[in-house]
Amino acid sequence: MKSKLGSLFTALLPVIATLAALAVGAVMLLFLKVNPLEAYRALLDGAFGSTNALAETLVKATPLLLVALGICISFRGDVINIGGEGQMIIGAILATWIGLTLVEWPGWLVVSLALLGGFLGGAIWGGIAGFLKAYFKVNEILSTVMMNAIAVQLMLFLLRGPMIDPVMAERTSKIPETARLLEAFRLPRLAPTRLHLGVLIAVVLAVLVYILLWRTTLGYRIRAVGQNPHASRYAGIKVQRYVVVALLLSGAFSGLAGAIQVYGVNYRMITDGSASGFTGSAGFNGIVAALFGQLHPLLSIPASILFGALLVGANSMQRVVQVPSALITALNGLVVVFVVSSEILRRRSQRRRLAAGKEESPPKPDLPRVPLEEAKQ
Amino acid sequence: MISELFSTTVLIGILASGIRLATPYLYAGIGETFSQKSGVLNLGVEGQMLLGCFAAFYVVFTSGNLWLGVLAAMLVGALMGLAMAFVTVNLHAQQGISGIGFYIFGLGMSDLLFQKLMGTVETVQGFPKIHIPGLSDIPGLGEIFFSQNILVYGSYLLVPLAWFVLNKTTLGLKIRSVGENPDAADSLGVSVARVRYFTIILGGTLSGLAGASLSIALLNVFQQNMTSGLGFIAVALVYFGAWRPVGVLAGALLFSMINSLQIWIQVLGIPVPSEIAVMMPYVLTILVLVATVSKVRAPSALTRPFERED
Repeated sequence: MKSKLGSLFTALLPVIATLAALAVGAVMLLFLKVNPLEAYRALLDGAFGSTNALAETLVKATPLLLVALGICISFRGDVINIGGEGQMIIGAILATWIGLTLVEWPGWLVVSLALLGGFLGGAIWGGIAGFLKAYFKVNEILSTVMMNAIAVQLMLFLLRGPMIDPVMAERTSKIPETARLLEAFRLPRLAPTRLHLGVLIAVVLAVLVYILLWRTTLGYRIRAVGQNPHASRYAGIKVQRYVVVALLLSGAFSGLAGAIQVYGVNYRMITDGSASGFTGSAGFNGIVAALFGQLHPLLSIPASILFGALLVGANSMQRVVQVPSALITALNGLVVVFVVSSEILRRRSQRRRLAAGKEESPPKPDLPRVPLEEAKQ
Repeated sequence: MISELFSTTVLIGILASGIRLATPYLYAGIGETFSQKSGVLNLGVEGQMLLGCFAAFYVVFTSGNLWLGVLAAMLVGALMGLAMAFVTVNLHAQQGISGIGFYIFGLGMSDLLFQKLMGTVETVQGFPKIHIPGLSDIPGLGEIFFSQNILVYGSYLLVPLAWFVLNKTTLGLKIRSVGENPDAADSLGVSVARVRYFTIILGGTLSGLAGASLSIALLNVFQQNMTSGLGFIAVALVYFGAWRPVGVLAGALLFSMINSLQIWIQVLGIPVPSEIAVMMPYVLTILVLVATVSKVRAPSALTRPFERED
C-alpha cells in the first residue's frame, strides 16, 4: 500500500512541480500588487473559458507537442537538443518555399509536400548538430544554440529580401513576411474556430513516436545508447550513428511544427524581427512540455495542452490584470528546474523498490545521466 | 567602400571596440571556467547575465550610483548561482537541463521586471573612459588600449588572476581535483559539495558582472533579451579555450573583434546584408568548436553529479 502511494506520488511529481511554480508565481504577483487569485482566474478563463479559448489552447499546444515528441526521442538517446527554435524556422522556410513555388499543383499534394519539406528541413538542421557531436565531439547543446541564432538571421534575411511579399516590398516600412499561401494550400479547419488538422496530425504522431521508441529496433537502440553507451558499443550498436539519428529525428519533428505553424495558423511565414517572432518560443517550451511529460510521447500530449493553456492564458492575464506575459515565461523556467530537481525523489523511490526486491513494474528510465563523451574515450 | 575599412582611423576604431566588446565574454567565460573546472556545466549563464543587466541598469537608473549597480548585478548573479548550486549539488539534477531552466527563468524575469518597473527603454550615464596620462595620448595605441572604462580593465585583470588561482593555489588544486576525480578528492577530505558551491556561486557572480558590463559600461541601455545569445557563446568559449583562462581570453578577443568588424561594416554601409554579418560569429563558434574540441579533454567529472558511495 505504501509503495503504491509512493509511486502515485512520483507519477504526480511534475504536477506538484507545476503547482510549486504557480505558488512562486503567486508570491511574485503579490509583490506586483496583483491579487493572485484574480490573475490565475483570468489565466484559466483565457485558456479554457469558451470554445474559442479552448481551440486557441489546442492550436498553441500543437507546435509544443511536435517539438516535445522530438525532444522525447533525442533526450532518451542522451542527446540534449536545444535547437527546436532553429529547426522550426528552417522547416518553415522550406515548407513556405514549396507552397509559394508549386502554385499550379493540386492543394493536397502541395500541402503533403510542404509538411514533408518541413520535416526534412528540421532533420537537416538537427542532423548537422548530430553529425558534429558524433564525429567531432562538438557539444550539441552549444551547437544547437548557435544554430538557432543562425536560423533566425537566415529567416530575417530571407523574409526581408528574397522571399518578401512583393506587396510588402513596395512599402517603405516593411514587415518581414512572405506572400500569402493560396487558399487551397491551407490545412483544413476542424470546427468553426482556428482549430486545424495539424492538431490531429500531432496526436497521431505522438502514438507513432511511442511505437517507434518502444516497439522498434531503431527506438530500442536510441534508448540503449542513451542509457549506457559503453554497453551499447559492446553490444555492437554503432553509437555515433544513433546519435546522428536521434538529433535528425528530433529536428524533423520541430521542422514539421514550423511547417504546420505556416500552413495551419498564419498561412504565410511572418516574424516581428525578434528571435522568437516566428516560433513564439515553441522550440524552448516544447522542451518544457516534454520534460513535464517525463519524456513519454503520450504523456507529452496533456503536458503540451497544459503549457499551451498557460501561454494562451498568459495573454488574457496580461489584458485583464496587466501582468506582463513574461511572468509565465519565468514560471516555465521554474517548472523545468523543479521537474529536473524532483527526479531525485523518483530515483530514490525506485532504489527503495529495487532494494525491497519487489520489482513489480520495469523501472522507468531516468533522464540521461551518462554523457556520451565518456563512451568515446 | 571596402577600402574604407582599411583606413587607419577605422582600423583603430575596430580594434578599440573589439577590446571593449570582449568584456562580457571575459567575465562570463572566466566564471564558467571555474564551474566547469569543478565539474559543473552551468548553462544558466545567459539568464544570470540578463538579470545582472537589469539589476545593474535599474539600480543606476534610480540611484545614479554606478558601483551600487555593479554590486546589485553581482548579488543577483550570486543568488542565481546559489540556486543552481543547490539544484545540481544537493539534488543531483541534470546540469544541462536545469541550466536551461534557469536561462528561461532569467529571460522571463528580467523582461517582467523591465516591463513592470520601467516600461520604456531608457539610457543611463555609464562608466566613463579612464584617461591615463601619457599612455592614453599615444597615437593609435592610446585609443585602442588606454582609453577604456574600468569594467573593461577589470575583465582583463581577471585573466591572470584566474590563472593564478586555478594553477598556483590550494583552492585551485581542490577545484581541479573535484572536477577530475571527485571520489579521490572526497577520500582526501576535500568537500566536493563546498568546492562546487563556491565555483558555481563565483560563476554566477561573474555572469552578473558580465551583465552589468553590458548595461552600464558598454551599451548603457536595457532592452528585453539584450544579451541575445552572448551568455551561450561565453559557455562555448570555455570549450574553445580548453578550460584555460588564457584560452578564454583568446576566444573572447576573436569573437569581439569579428563582432566589432561586423558593426563597422554596417556603420560604413558596405553592402553585406546585416543578417549575414550578424550570423558570422555564430558560424565561427561552431567551426572553432569543430576545430578545437576534439583535441582537448574536458574535466573528467564534467556534468556528473557527485554521490558518495556508501
